[in-house]
Amino acid sequence: MTTKLFGEPVRRREDPRLLTGQGRYLDDLGRDALAAAFVRSPHAHARIRDIDVTRALDVPGLVAIYTWEDLPERVARPLPLLIPHPALTHGRTAYPLAREIVRHVGEAVVMVVAADRYAAEDACGLIDVDYEPLKAVVGLEEAVQGAQLVHEDVPGNLGTHFVQEVAGLDGRGAREAIEAAPHTLAFRLDIERSASTPLEGRGVYARWDGRDLRVYSSTQTSSSVRMAVAAALQLPLTQVEVIAPDVGGGFGVKIVHPWPEEVLVPWAAMTLGREVKWAEDRREHFISSAHERGQVHYVRVGFDDDGRVLGLDVTFLHDHGAYTHYGIIVPIITSTQLLGPYKIGAYRVEFSAVYTNTVQVTPYRGAGRPQGAFCMERTMDKIARYLGKDRTVVREVNFIGPDEFPYDQRMIFQDGRPLIYDSGNYPEMLRMIKELIGWDEHVGRPGTGIGIGCYVEGTGVGPYEGGHVQITSDGRVHVSTGLTSQGQGHETVFAQIAATELGVPIERVSVVTGDTRRFGYAVGTFASRAAVVSGSAIALACRKVREKALRIAGDALEADPADLEIEDGVVRVAGAPGATIPLGTVAVLANPLRYAFDEEATRATPFAGAADFDRPPVAEGDEPGLEGRDFYSPIRSTFAAGMHAAIVETDPDTAEIRVVRYAVVHDCGKLINPMLVEGQIHGGVAQGIGGALYERMVYDAHGQLVNASFMDFLMPYATEIPHVETAHLETPSPLNPLGVKGAGEAGVIPVAAVIASAVEDAEGIEIDRMPLSPSELFDLRTARDMK
Amino acid sequence: MEHEITLVVNGTARRVTVPARRLLSDCLRHDLGLTGTHVGCEHGVCGCCTVLLDGEPVRSCLTFAVTVDGRDITTVEGLAPAGGLSAVQRAFAECHALQCGFCTPGFLCTVTALLRDNPAPTDEEVLEGLSGNLCRCTGYQNIAKAVHRAAELLAEES
Amino acid sequence: MKPPPFEYHAPRDLDDALRTLARVGTDGKVLAGGQSLIPMLNMRLMAPAHLVDINRVASLDGVEAGAAGVRVGALARHSQVERGRSHPLLTRALRLVAHPVIRNRGTVVGSLAHADPAAELPAVLAVLDGSVRLARWESGRIATREVGAREFLVGPMESAVRPGELAVSAFFPALGPRTGAAFEELARRHGDYALAGVCAVVRLDEDGQVAAARVACTGVGPVPVVVDVTEASRDGWDAAARRVQEEIEPEDDIHASAAYRRHLVGVLAGRALGGAAREAAGGA
Repeated sequence: MTTKLFGEPVRRREDPRLLTGQGRYLDDLGRDALAAAFVRSPHAHARIRDIDVTRALDVPGLVAIYTWEDLPERVARPLPLLIPHPALTHGRTAYPLAREIVRHVGEAVVMVVAADRYAAEDACGLIDVDYEPLKAVVGLEEAVQGAQLVHEDVPGNLGTHFVQEVAGLDGRGAREAIEAAPHTLAFRLDIERSASTPLEGRGVYARWDGRDLRVYSSTQTSSSVRMAVAAALQLPLTQVEVIAPDVGGGFGVKIVHPWPEEVLVPWAAMTLGREVKWAEDRREHFISSAHERGQVHYVRVGFDDDGRVLGLDVTFLHDHGAYTHYGIIVPIITSTQLLGPYKIGAYRVEFSAVYTNTVQVTPYRGAGRPQGAFCMERTMDKIARYLGKDRTVVREVNFIGPDEFPYDQRMIFQDGRPLIYDSGNYPEMLRMIKELIGWDEHVGRPGTGIGIGCYVEGTGVGPYEGGHVQITSDGRVHVSTGLTSQGQGHETVFAQIAATELGVPIERVSVVTGDTRRFGYAVGTFASRAAVVSGSAIALACRKVREKALRIAGDALEADPADLEIEDGVVRVAGAPGATIPLGTVAVLANPLRYAFDEEATRATPFAGAADFDRPPVAEGDEPGLEGRDFYSPIRSTFAAGMHAAIVETDPDTAEIRVVRYAVVHDCGKLINPMLVEGQIHGGVAQGIGGALYERMVYDAHGQLVNASFMDFLMPYATEIPHVETAHLETPSPLNPLGVKGAGEAGVIPVAAVIASAVEDAEGIEIDRMPLSPSELFDLRTARDMK
Repeated sequence: MEHEITLVVNGTARRVTVPARRLLSDCLRHDLGLTGTHVGCEHGVCGCCTVLLDGEPVRSCLTFAVTVDGRDITTVEGLAPAGGLSAVQRAFAECHALQCGFCTPGFLCTVTALLRDNPAPTDEEVLEGLSGNLCRCTGYQNIAKAVHRAAELLAEES
Repeated sequence: MKPPPFEYHAPRDLDDALRTLARVGTDGKVLAGGQSLIPMLNMRLMAPAHLVDINRVASLDGVEAGAAGVRVGALARHSQVERGRSHPLLTRALRLVAHPVIRNRGTVVGSLAHADPAAELPAVLAVLDGSVRLARWESGRIATREVGAREFLVGPMESAVRPGELAVSAFFPALGPRTGAAFEELARRHGDYALAGVCAVVRLDEDGQVAAARVACTGVGPVPVVVDVTEASRDGWDAAARRVQEEIEPEDDIHASAAYRRHLVGVLAGRALGGAAREAAGGA
């Protein structure tokens, strides 16, 4: 079939506009809108004694200044706690503008609206906030001590305490199994803070016409922003529309909603009767959006002579930052996805999550998985080192076998549903990665190090997404889905799915995402779920439309719909050339009209042709038009997997770490567009390299983020990122109609573990903390030499 | 105080009145409506705002519009005639060298100048040439590939 | 991140520029390439009342190379000087300055006046014992003074330029016969300010013995740390490198520890001195 596009490296349909400067990102809209800016706290922890705006009042272009006291009750409330969880006993969220207390540097205190951003910043600089500084809580250790509290009513700063335990098949708990094991190891593993840092910051632009509110937001979930804004502003949902325009990267930080600005900017637009826009600047993004990754893990493991894990006991500390707007998704994912491709005899995991006077923590690509993979993969390497075995051999004895799927890890996953792996082939994947990197030839070669890391990633979480597909009388196919896009190429892959399902040329398919005017029911883009959930929903919607098209075409061609096929947008009787009808005509027939307004419509008017007078023009139970809508709600997540390997060189003099080769074997089920999947992997690995060797958020003892710029937060350039070699395994998911699994986050997950493994191999020094700079490697060498 | 200046943008003289502190990036985007030039950091590190000033790539966020009164500026909108794509733009599409597209205009301007000055760069020269622009999506691999591909396309054209 | 308001001056010639600078005094800042100044303005780390934009002062963009050395005008961009290849050490150092796009705007003299102790060009000026020419408007005419590198680089981000003065040019002495130079540094990312760097110049005598050896280090002191290692090098470059390590004052920051920087300077000094000596021998 010429129109089969599923699985092909189809070029992106987004690119022509993005390559010519015709993209429409948030700050490209609303040229005449007023600009908002915020006075943000310079203190990590302080009581606000007074706010004096007098000096700002004369700033030319100033329109309005708002503090918390100016907000109506419903807007002034703390932001919603998005994902409540029973273990999150002390969830706390921020007020949109600080009320009495500020809890991190960067918290919004005053909102200024002015003619442009320059004037708004001028006014911000002239607003005098009198703070009474309070002692800041910084770092996990200090937070756990609980001597100073971030929230007065949260004792010990403890927001969450969580335990999940899976006994071994013999009924023994993990601690018992470890005690009884022939060998045990115990160690601590640290990962520092990093952040999504998309190159476009957040942003909101609102228009109010006296009755309807239209909000544009650089968000990963327009549908949920809509509900949150409608609730906060007490507007009927039908009077609020939210649109995610082109979004300049998200990587997790833009799934949080509503951000304070997403409520305040629309509220200001309504209050002032003017268009208002806020485009976050880079410093604001560092100090007032969200971070992730920072966790400290204590691991105990018991194993047998082959390296088989009999019991694993992990206790870790997670840093909430100042608030828990997004709940405890990140540590829950760490605690469950830590298990990777392995069957662990008995497993116990416990975490405590504490508040600190730092920017809040919400998911960043990988969302707790990089920490989990770091724990598990470091554990495997340590077992191998202890037993003097090859690191891949130890992994292999612990793998879930290809014949053991579905494999039930007997835990509850981040979506509240069972952690059951649907499919996979880990031994084959290991064989492939060893071959790709040349493991056996390289192991033991002096001067360099080789490392490996494996992971399993639950993707495509529910609850659902929907798709709407409409074929118009010009033969064009219009697809919409509610979730949003931040560069993944959804317009292309969803068009590939629709073109394949409907048998139409892809050029005739257009796709709209993230626009509540087109599709209101949606969850959002996160957890590598778009292709799985929206992709499946669109496929199902297409199948409905196809069925209707074949039924109508069957009537017109006097053929059994079962004998019909669609090719190049034309319905034909299989094996009978000549008997054809274009889908555009089918669309005309599907919509009986009274009025003619063009040639196509003329064919559907009351006197156009023979009619069946025994039936109404639209049959009972039928609808006019050739369109369909369907939803896909997964029974549970589908589990992608991957294995990475790297070869590094460490400079004996300068302790520089250079990644010489980086290889990835990846299994995300059936590939819709291999070119785009590869792109996702490249980008994920690059972020992983950043997290392993360059990026960290550094707070001083006073809670100041001392590297809040791209000068000092070292996001890698092209010169720092290795070439990535890739190979694919395709183990289809049995859970969804397309057999696909998610691919968006995969690349980033094991990278810190892989680099640690390789550096450890090169240096013979245990690497238990990431990221790792040359200075830190030098310190490790010095400590070793002093022993 | 406002200053009346003339910028020759993408071949067209544009007269505009700006305060002295107006950054060239804001002038292009908000005064002239050329929003293809993006702003990612406003401290000169990310490269999203890179435009060509008399043919040389510069950071428009580290340039005042008044300083470049009378000069020639090329933005991403001017890299190819309307409706068309330059060789560099075609290569970026062909090699999947962009994802969210936010950094892309800066890369396109940088690469356009790079290949004009060095039509057949080595791998190392390509990385050096790209080294002042951040991309958070692609991992750069396909961008580097696109530079080589664009060099081929330009060689075929000439 | 938008700059604060300022009064803008765009002098057309040097007289006009110096008169304006004299008038605005301590309230004025000079805008040349702007690659360090404008980020600070955008972050509102400074708010000068007057900005004197010298970009239209045509007489300042010259690069004059002679037997004694090269004089670089205040408006000569990094990229222009780099392409001119009029001084091998300067050219090499310029390739280490930030990224090509920044070098298209940034100026050599501006970088010197900015006096960042982590920057390459002050170290080059220091190791060569170069100088900076400062001009001011005085009694109705231009008065100038030539300030040697050691006096010019006063402290971190602090040069000898006084209010009302303009650094109009810098002079980098030529290396001379049987002389080689090298610049070794290590940056976290390509183009970043280096964690530490060592710029070395070695002159050999006619017998191929070291006649003079000097280094200037970046990132390990308030100003480039200049160390004469002619004596120490008689015991080999490793001994010379140890001598350099003794002179520096590295500090901890978020990117590296003081101990690592001290170690690194030893490594880089050995590499730079060795490289400079090889070049001197090859060029003899």
